[in-house]
Amino acid sequence: MAGAVVPMLARAAGAVYSADHFIVAPGGYTPARPVEGKGMPVPGGTTFQTQYSPTGEEALWMHDHIVMTILIAVSVFVAALLLWVIVRYNSRANPVPSKTSHNTLLEVIWTGVPVFILLVVFVPSMQLLAHQYKTPPANAVTIKATGNQWYWTYSYPDNGGFEVISNMLPDAEAVKRGEPPQLGADNRMVVPAGEPIRIQTIGADVIHSFAVPSLWFKIDAVPGRINERLMFIKEPGVYYGQCSELCGARHGYMPIVVEALPRAKYNAWVMTHAGAKIDGAPEAAPAATAADAPPAAAAAAPAEPAAAETTSSAPGA
Amino acid sequence: MASIASDFQAHPEGHVGAHDEHDHHEHKPPFFQRWFMSTNHKDIGTLYLIFAICAGIIGGAVSGLMRAELAQPGIQYLGAIASFLGESNASFDQQLHLWNVLITAHGLIMVFFMVMPAMIGGFGNWFVPLMIGAPDMAFPRMNNISFWLTVAGFCSLMLSAFVPGGMGKGAGIGWTAYAPLSTYGSSGPAVDFAIFSLHLAGAGSIMGAINFITTIFNMRAPGMTLHKMPLFVWSVLVTAFLLLLALPVLAAAITMLITDRNFHTTFFDPAGGGDPILYQHLFWFFGHPEVYIMILPGFGMISQIISTFSKKPVFGYLGMAYAMVAIGVVGFVVWAHHMYTTGLSEDVKMYFTTATMVIAVPTGIKIFSWIATMWGGSISFKSPMVWAIGFIFLFTVGGVTGVELANGGLDDNLQDTYYVVAHFHYVLSLGAVTSLFAGFYYWFPKMSGRWHSEFLAHLHFAVFFVGVNLIFFPMHFLGMQGMPRRYPDYAPAFEHWNAVATFGYKVMAASIVIWLVNIAYAFIAGKKATGNYWGEGATTLEWTLSSPPPFHQFETLPVIEDHGHH
Repeated sequence: MAGAVVPMLARAAGAVYSADHFIVAPGGYTPARPVEGKGMPVPGGTTFQTQYSPTGEEALWMHDHIVMTILIAVSVFVAALLLWVIVRYNSRANPVPSKTSHNTLLEVIWTGVPVFILLVVFVPSMQLLAHQYKTPPANAVTIKATGNQWYWTYSYPDNGGFEVISNMLPDAEAVKRGEPPQLGADNRMVVPAGEPIRIQTIGADVIHSFAVPSLWFKIDAVPGRINERLMFIKEPGVYYGQCSELCGARHGYMPIVVEALPRAKYNAWVMTHAGAKIDGAPEAAPAATAADAPPAAAAAAPAEPAAAETTSSAPGA
Repeated sequence: MASIASDFQAHPEGHVGAHDEHDHHEHKPPFFQRWFMSTNHKDIGTLYLIFAICAGIIGGAVSGLMRAELAQPGIQYLGAIASFLGESNASFDQQLHLWNVLITAHGLIMVFFMVMPAMIGGFGNWFVPLMIGAPDMAFPRMNNISFWLTVAGFCSLMLSAFVPGGMGKGAGIGWTAYAPLSTYGSSGPAVDFAIFSLHLAGAGSIMGAINFITTIFNMRAPGMTLHKMPLFVWSVLVTAFLLLLALPVLAAAITMLITDRNFHTTFFDPAGGGDPILYQHLFWFFGHPEVYIMILPGFGMISQIISTFSKKPVFGYLGMAYAMVAIGVVGFVVWAHHMYTTGLSEDVKMYFTTATMVIAVPTGIKIFSWIATMWGGSISFKSPMVWAIGFIFLFTVGGVTGVELANGGLDDNLQDTYYVVAHFHYVLSLGAVTSLFAGFYYWFPKMSGRWHSEFLAHLHFAVFFVGVNLIFFPMHFLGMQGMPRRYPDYAPAFEHWNAVATFGYKVMAASIVIWLVNIAYAFIAGKKATGNYWGEGATTLEWTLSSPPPFHQFETLPVIEDHGHH
């Protein structure tokens, strides 16, 4: 389990942040209205949701261009062979059966060709796995998602340790707020867009699973262990998901809503919580100012204006 | 090269069909002794088939309730179902719990009490001794215990639906019974009853496996070497080994569930140093071979049927036999592909992805060998052949989606969605069940001595084929769009394809009615079947006997002459 189960890593001392990492946008936070069809299922849809993460795009590309091609080709090939033998070798067309029961060359071919096809799938498959398992960088903000019967809690240890409790909205309330029924939640898991995020999951009671289809992201929330995975959302938006491991009666009623915001707006959302601080900021300074001044216009504390590091480079692309 | 299975025939002196017609060989015991204390492999096979049909109708009705509920968003029928089961005015949570009870019951019934009893207990019992020229199974009395343990297990499972199981009555833990939902997550005796039912059915299956292995290794007629056995016998032999090696692991895992639940052990409870993921490893170490247990006898039946109706020996007999062995062996080292999202490390996921994809190779050998058997043949499209051709196509579709799911990276977005439901129903509901119907029409006149209606059998196939595809093909779409499985309710975006699936269920249900009518027709008005009613293509030993075969067959062992060597 070594690679997957990483206890709460201490933020490495060497983590560096760009100057605008600490900008707090004015205006506080109002939940963004979801865009129809973005980050949610499409009525009557027949394929995957549009992907908004680099690994999701890579996986979707592999599905569309490699795996689906092979799936359709194999199915059509077998169907065509079946049709051919039905037409050509029915008892009227071919009254006298042959007695052929071996053909070594043929048998070698239909063993060898599938092996070759699998090798074609194997290469991108291993690459995709390697990219999905990239370790989040030291300056990635950590968000811990805890599955409970039957709601999610999201805690932000790098932002002062506050916790967001997320319950499903009743259908009527969801519609009133412009959210898709069954998918909307009263409080969202707000994250910064365009930078790596360290998602950790754990189950508080039984096993749950944290899943967001439009990010190609799913990791179980298991009691007694912390699973960790890198998440990267390319653009701001609201992305919906649902618990994906049977967890009891209301398994179908604990949706996941991820809202990705530009860094400055994310900072503004963070600062609406009591005791919050911007991740990477020194411990003491901003915590005090946070509680009563969410729309702090200026940069909170450009403590380490170390330049260079661009936090928006896509991992695994 | 070694000879192929169908190149041999029974020696004339071993041709016992007419010989056994005499009355003194037909001393059938009185009714109660015959059916409740049976030691006759054919009677026990019949019992297994009747049991599997009953269980299948119950399990199928449960899925009908599920499809009704899923026809549209919202909760419509669960309350009514709850009050039908004796829980009037069920609360919302009780209704949702009932949903979990339904999905659990459907899975357990179909796997343990429909497919396995039909394939192995039913057709295996009936035809393994006949095909190897043996008078009966090696341990006739153990055979009887196997059957009645399965029945007892089914009763235990049914009972669990009427005792408390946490939020409501019944076990709502899924057929996989993941800890800790199945331990401290569900109070009340329902889960204990459900687990115990697996103990009973598992013990029955282990005994059955021992019986088959012993029978096949020791009771083949003179001259029938392993490499001359019909492929159906090979398939049951491989299946029996899988059962023997996999079921004890399940038994251990669910026994640990029982002790975690009742005796304060903490095998799967992190609070005491246990690990919920350990349960999943143990379960799937059983669970993956289990899926081959459910399909391998089907492979065997399809091989017999394709060969019979193409009037050709099976193409690449040895390759076919050892492909099944290879599937069985590799099937034991791929289990964690069911657990890709549990937090496996990168290397582990890479290994299981690779190993899983390897299974496509022997499976491909089988598909191509079936087609090559038909190639050059003189095919007559009797009902078993039509079902068998349908099987090849549907199993291929189910197989290729398995290649997609095998990829750990792709599976992250498909795990626990309807795509998985579509995949395993294509290989089971459309694969294993289709092969069961193929075998049923192939052997029904042999077993009963009466002809079914070929017209109704073809009609059954056509309606069933349309119905199951309407149910399960749209589930690929739902899964890719992100609809999680085991949900009683869903976002409106998923409504369209769910409505199509529910319509498909009605079509499929109609086909089952046609099938039952066909059985009734056969017993009421069916013509008498001759010994070898499929003609020249049917070359295995059961066709040398009358239909139905005498109560005791092969009292003089048939001698297998080798026509294969040149």
